[in-house]
Amino acid sequence: MDIVLTVNGEERSAAVESRLLLVHFLRETLGLTGTNVGCDTSSCGACTVHVDGESVKSCTMLAVQAHGADIVTIEGLADGERLHPMQAAFRTHHGLQCGYCTPGMVMAAVSLLRENDDPTEAEVREGLEGNLCRCTGYHNIVDAVLAAAKEGAT
Amino acid sequence: MIPAAFEYERVDTVDAALAALAAHGDEAKLLAGGHSLLPLLKLRLAEPGVLVDIGPVRALSYIRDDGDAISIGSLTRHRDLETSDTLAAHAPLLRAAAHQVGDPQVRHRGTIGGSVAHGDPASDLPATLLALGATMLVRGPAGERRVDADDFFVGFLETALSPDELLVEISVPKATGAGWSFQKFNRRAQDWAIVGVACQATPTGARIGLVNMGSTPLRARGTEHAVGSGATIPDAAAVAHEGTAPTSDLGGSAEYREHLCRVLVRRALTQATAPA
Repeated sequence: MDIVLTVNGEERSAAVESRLLLVHFLRETLGLTGTNVGCDTSSCGACTVHVDGESVKSCTMLAVQAHGADIVTIEGLADGERLHPMQAAFRTHHGLQCGYCTPGMVMAAVSLLRENDDPTEAEVREGLEGNLCRCTGYHNIVDAVLAAAKEGAT
Repeated sequence: MIPAAFEYERVDTVDAALAALAAHGDEAKLLAGGHSLLPLLKLRLAEPGVLVDIGPVRALSYIRDDGDAISIGSLTRHRDLETSDTLAAHAPLLRAAAHQVGDPQVRHRGTIGGSVAHGDPASDLPATLLALGATMLVRGPAGERRVDADDFFVGFLETALSPDELLVEISVPKATGAGWSFQKFNRRAQDWAIVGVACQATPTGARIGLVNMGSTPLRARGTEHAVGSGATIPDAAAVAHEGTAPTSDLGGSAEYREHLCRVLVRRALTQATAPA
């Protein structure tokens, strides 16, 4: 099946097997390995990317379903060498421990602020319910998202 | 986890979807947001020969005020339900239940029609539609028919839909000003409900849908009857488990679920009948 889509601002086309998952298309076909596979069961959120501006678990979407879509992965967030404000906030507030959940966490957080640019702490925690940090490092992650919101990051 | 191989067909109209279903018979499964079907495919609990992707059928994504009822296109996403002003005014129970589905990522993709057509008794929306007295509009080769929510869920993951039919719209009677409550009990934020309760109360009675209390979503008919006969909330809630047949699993035993059902129905009735 031929698909054409935009990934991190660049038009990409490929012939893919119908059953190929979007996350495997990104990682293996395009070599964008920043998006991690965690649980593979739509639970952990490590594979979160943006599809048409909204957070989506790329392990639960077929590549063929992304035909025509605008996909942004963690690699597409920074502006050259300049980190996206959410990435910068995660660094400043040390919003990570082992780092495995971080790409998905950052993508989910950016999507969250697009829908609610001034969230309370409770709203941040609820808004990130689809992302699990096995290190349980939620405290600094929430701090980072609140700080990014204060700086107007979206 | 990789799904078994399948043929993939993308359609962008209802007619094209029906034609694809007619061509492939029961080999075909419809794919909407994919958040019920893809997990089954990945676990190889489902291995359809053909997936008909109705995701691009934009005409089935709407929330419309039709006077006495709110009409919702089957491809309307949970995200659109949980943010709808129309639902806030006329079917707030459905809006609240949609907000409890999965997590934000799931709600960005999953659709009301996909959830309902999947017919999972552990899902939040099917039981909610029972409480709301919703009607399903179904289109097939012979035209359209309407099925009451009470007649729609016929078995575990089994609905009144034939393999050649498509659920196109869910119609919810307006409940402007009615009391309501959605109670969901689970151990982790994004989990399915161990037990859930959707309740809508009017001055004349209450309708209550139960999540995960049997092989299909169920109504708490014993409690509804008791409320209608003037019973107190504790007395009405004490019979909430009557007619249910919950399973025992890692989430809890059947006995625990029956207990939880009575507790949550009591809370739901208390909240739904509290003065605004």
